[in-house]
Amino acid sequence: MNALFTATNITKRYEAVTVLDEVQLDVRRGEVHALLGANGAGKSTLCKIISGLTPASNGSMQLDGIDFRPISKQAAELAGVQIVQQELNQIPTLTVAENISLCRLPNTAGIINRKRLAQRARGALDRIGLSDITADTIVGTLGVGRQQMIEIATALDRECKLLILDEPTASLSPAEVERLFEQLEQLRRDGIGIVYISHRLNEVARMADRVTVLRDGKYVCTQDASALTTEQMVELMSGEEAVASSEFESFASDTVAMRVTDISGGIVQDVSFSVRRGERLGIAGLVGSGRTELLRLIFGADLAESGSVGIGGQTPKRFAHPQAAVDAGLAMVTEDRKQNGLLLSQSVRVNTTLCSLFKRFSLMGVLRGFREREVTQEMVDDLQTKCEHLGQTIETLSGGNQQKVAISKWLVWDPDVFFFDEPTRGIDVSARRRIYSLLDSLAKSGKAIVIVSSDLDELLETCDRIGVMSAGRWVEEFSRDSWSTDRIMQAAFSNYKQAEAVV
Amino acid sequence: MQYGGLLTALGLLVLFFSLRTDSFFQMGTVRLIANQIPELTLIAIGMTLVLVIGQIDLSVGSVMALCGAVLGVLIATYGWPLWAAILMSLLTGAFCGLLTGAISIWFSIPSFIVSLGMLEIARGATRRILDSNTLMIGSEVAAISEPISGIGLSPAFLIALASVFVVQFLLTRTVFGRYCIAIGTNAEAVRMSGIRTAPYAIGVFVISGLLCSLASLSPTSLMEAADPGAGIGIELSAIAACVIGGTSLMGGRGNAISTFLGVLVIAVLQTGLSRMSVEDANKQIITGGVIIAAVLIDTLRRRWEKTG
Repeated sequence: MNALFTATNITKRYEAVTVLDEVQLDVRRGEVHALLGANGAGKSTLCKIISGLTPASNGSMQLDGIDFRPISKQAAELAGVQIVQQELNQIPTLTVAENISLCRLPNTAGIINRKRLAQRARGALDRIGLSDITADTIVGTLGVGRQQMIEIATALDRECKLLILDEPTASLSPAEVERLFEQLEQLRRDGIGIVYISHRLNEVARMADRVTVLRDGKYVCTQDASALTTEQMVELMSGEEAVASSEFESFASDTVAMRVTDISGGIVQDVSFSVRRGERLGIAGLVGSGRTELLRLIFGADLAESGSVGIGGQTPKRFAHPQAAVDAGLAMVTEDRKQNGLLLSQSVRVNTTLCSLFKRFSLMGVLRGFREREVTQEMVDDLQTKCEHLGQTIETLSGGNQQKVAISKWLVWDPDVFFFDEPTRGIDVSARRRIYSLLDSLAKSGKAIVIVSSDLDELLETCDRIGVMSAGRWVEEFSRDSWSTDRIMQAAFSNYKQAEAVV
Repeated sequence: MQYGGLLTALGLLVLFFSLRTDSFFQMGTVRLIANQIPELTLIAIGMTLVLVIGQIDLSVGSVMALCGAVLGVLIATYGWPLWAAILMSLLTGAFCGLLTGAISIWFSIPSFIVSLGMLEIARGATRRILDSNTLMIGSEVAAISEPISGIGLSPAFLIALASVFVVQFLLTRTVFGRYCIAIGTNAEAVRMSGIRTAPYAIGVFVISGLLCSLASLSPTSLMEAADPGAGIGIELSAIAACVIGGTSLMGGRGNAISTFLGVLVIAVLQTGLSRMSVEDANKQIITGGVIIAAVLIDTLRRRWEKTG
């Protein structure tokens, strides 16, 4: 009946990795269609394919019964597919009106027609009930929620048949959410199809007509939203597969290596936990639940508002700079290797020895080049890092080998507690295996390890214990005998189910 | 060979001018260049350090003039001994560097802007001290630029040469230098490695200020006077020498010896063109062309190395 958009057998491969495997989706006119799935299930990839941001490796799409294969975002927009992404795409120094019409400013021979610009913006704003915003307001002076609404206004101002909203309410206040929902009702009456992605299942239950569930890049099912409870939605996303834990060997001792007490800051609220020597503690949670933020607060990369961290027998304190945390015996392998983990244009040797220059590789401030090379070579051999020579620059290595160097930097320093933020993101299977066995041997030697990962299977395979964060809070902890994918997922969604979710 | 390209370019320039003029390849020319370059060399290696950490210092010319003025006034007006006046001049340079560095690093204000402010302040202070007039000092300072008998090189030249090697050692063989290169490559990654970056970055500005003070010795002693207009525009020549030597303006790459070779290229070019009686206007055009050509070749070579 009245299909507006269909996607069939959509497959997306990045080299050896398949992130979408024969997925389908159909959206009707005047329908709000929720797309559900855990982290990495493929929701965002699918939306990117539909909106022309990335091409599919295989499969076909139809819009209004015509074959649809956008080669760019512009092409998709022209055809009537608009996407509002999680990250804001506004230019903060320009006015609301200029942002709304940015790619087609009304002009005569290059001179902007101010009057028409303002008129068009007024229309777009009024249409979604933003009548209190004047068109010449500078976007950067507005709150994040209003900016998000303007982004939606921009999308609707263009020719719009299919609207994709990726976590539109993540930064909206409850009142703004209400207003957005009123607008969605209006769009529904206008016959526009809406693809709606949100972790907030109460919103999905309230707004969506139908639900399509993805799991691990595969299509699970499409059902009427009214036929599902939020618990059932989570079950469909998690798949309840029992995980074999036969090969796991625990090295956890009874001595506490690090105790975190009531850390708060940013979205993180009152988190307390401890990790013992030789223990591997996983932190699970949805993207945006505050896991990376928590690690950064503990490590002193961001300033915590309250709380303390005690390492070994030292008096608990709050670290104001990573240097203090590192001196106390902490190390952090960061999520974004390129941005804050490695010196890309420098050599394997420079990166490996960076933290420990004063401690191990210098005499009165003068470098001991021979020792540097010796230890770097040891690290390269130990971790089987593939590089031609120690002077090779990091940017020419593969992702897996880059990660090995990022880790070896800390192995050389030899801390007591390791943080790993997404330790295997974007690296191939064999390097992943090597890193798992490294985690194993670190635990065996008595190091305490904290792992944040969006790949739940990874945590289930490598950890003694898993703590779950939801909307900035530490909601539950599971040990090997008490966990299941389903229970962890229920915990991860728990704080998002309440109507008054965090802002 | 790391310096192969620069040495070749330098050799070609010398060869060209020797063939085109009959007076170029002579001891007199060498002495002329040796007298000319200490000033630019000292400023340029300081600039190299600043560029390596991904910053810039536009105030070097004014700070140099200020240091020269302090030196001159202390000797000529207050009758200080030379060594004490030099010490005070060094402190002045270090203080200016500290101010520029601390303000831009602590408050995360682009050093381009802070040093632009310091450029005006130091120049104004210089004119205040000297009453906008050239102050004759007398022969106390002349020895700095006179060749030492037996060596044939002036103390000013030897100080510059020694500074080149000290800065080179600092950059390639010490923890300080390694941190500078790392900070210029990715300061956030250095911070996340548990290293406080601010003391090193500010330290670099202080060193640059000290080198400005040393640089002021050469022109002051040559003229036996403190000149309120000394060093105008020298920051641009220094940056040119740095980039000819392959220093990256984005930070993370550069060394003192290459910069010194860059200074030599500029000096040889200037001297040679004068010998050929090229007009000043044309000299400027040619110098500009050489700077762009040098950087173009360097960029293409790097791109080729990366892909090939």
